[in-house]
Amino acid sequence: MAVMNVNPTRMELTNLKRKLTTARRGHKLLKDKRDELMRRFLELVRENKELRRRVEEGISEANRHMSVARSVMSDSALDVALMMPTQEMSLEIEEKNVMSVMLPVFDAKLKSADENDIYSYGFAFTSMDLDQAVKALSDIMPLMLRLAEVEKSCQLMSAEIEKTRRRVNALEHVMIPRYEETIKYITMKLDENERSSTTRLMKVKSMMLEDARQKAIAHDREVASRQ
Amino acid sequence: MYKIAAMGDRNSIYGLASLGISIFPTDDSAEAVKTLRRISESGYAVIFITESLASLIQTEIEKYKDEPLPAIIPIPGVSGNTGMGMKQVSRFVERAVGSDIVN
Repeated sequence: MAVMNVNPTRMELTNLKRKLTTARRGHKLLKDKRDELMRRFLELVRENKELRRRVEEGISEANRHMSVARSVMSDSALDVALMMPTQEMSLEIEEKNVMSVMLPVFDAKLKSADENDIYSYGFAFTSMDLDQAVKALSDIMPLMLRLAEVEKSCQLMSAEIEKTRRRVNALEHVMIPRYEETIKYITMKLDENERSSTTRLMKVKSMMLEDARQKAIAHDREVASRQ
Repeated sequence: MYKIAAMGDRNSIYGLASLGISIFPTDDSAEAVKTLRRISESGYAVIFITESLASLIQTEIEKYKDEPLPAIIPIPGVSGNTGMGMKQVSRFVERAVGSDIVN
């Protein structure tokens, strides 16, 4: 792993050490976030698959009735029957915050209070299969809305998990090792500098001592020759 | 106050109209893209779309995948279940975990 391009000074070292602690703490927090997101996500996905299975069954059931209705009624009669819906559905949306992911919560409201008020036609001129198709769809509707909610949540969560996982990996495999390497590099460099200055001092001291000794010997000789 | 929409070929989504869902029948991809853009900006929170139509405008649908709204949900049409919805759920798991571990 590459060492960062920094000056090997004590100040850099302190800065880097501080950054490393922050990175470690961030890594731990993000890892916790990822694990919790993953747990919730897997729960949601299981629900999603179950809901989808049931909704798809319900819709194909409704479609079956619908095809029969279409075959026994004329197109125009069918159009007329379904032309003016009596019911109107609207949604209230709340947001739920799960590990800082905003998930939608849908709450369906119907215009008319009676939820059986779904037949926009008189029963006299329409086929029974049309009633069954509409009924089947109406039965499956709450599940479809729940499916929409869960599926969107899964989608948003998977994006968030992907992002968090990348961050965790970047911290774990790039940032933290890089900081550690650089700190090691600076420490070694500083130690090396210290050792080299110690040796220099020792050398200078020994040279000075040698010099002084030579002078002392020369001085002694001079004194001796004068006597 | 948000509304619910359904897109797809007319026969598949006609029944949904009686439940109070706004329907936008189309089976042409260019028109579907235009409709999708229009309705996603005009207060529709949930858009059900038939799998056959969804497969035609996949790239357009992808654009909404990180937006909180609208939720675009593929449903099987009259032509039958293509398994696309289930595949999409598996894709979420793949995106999050790396491989599809939920069966």
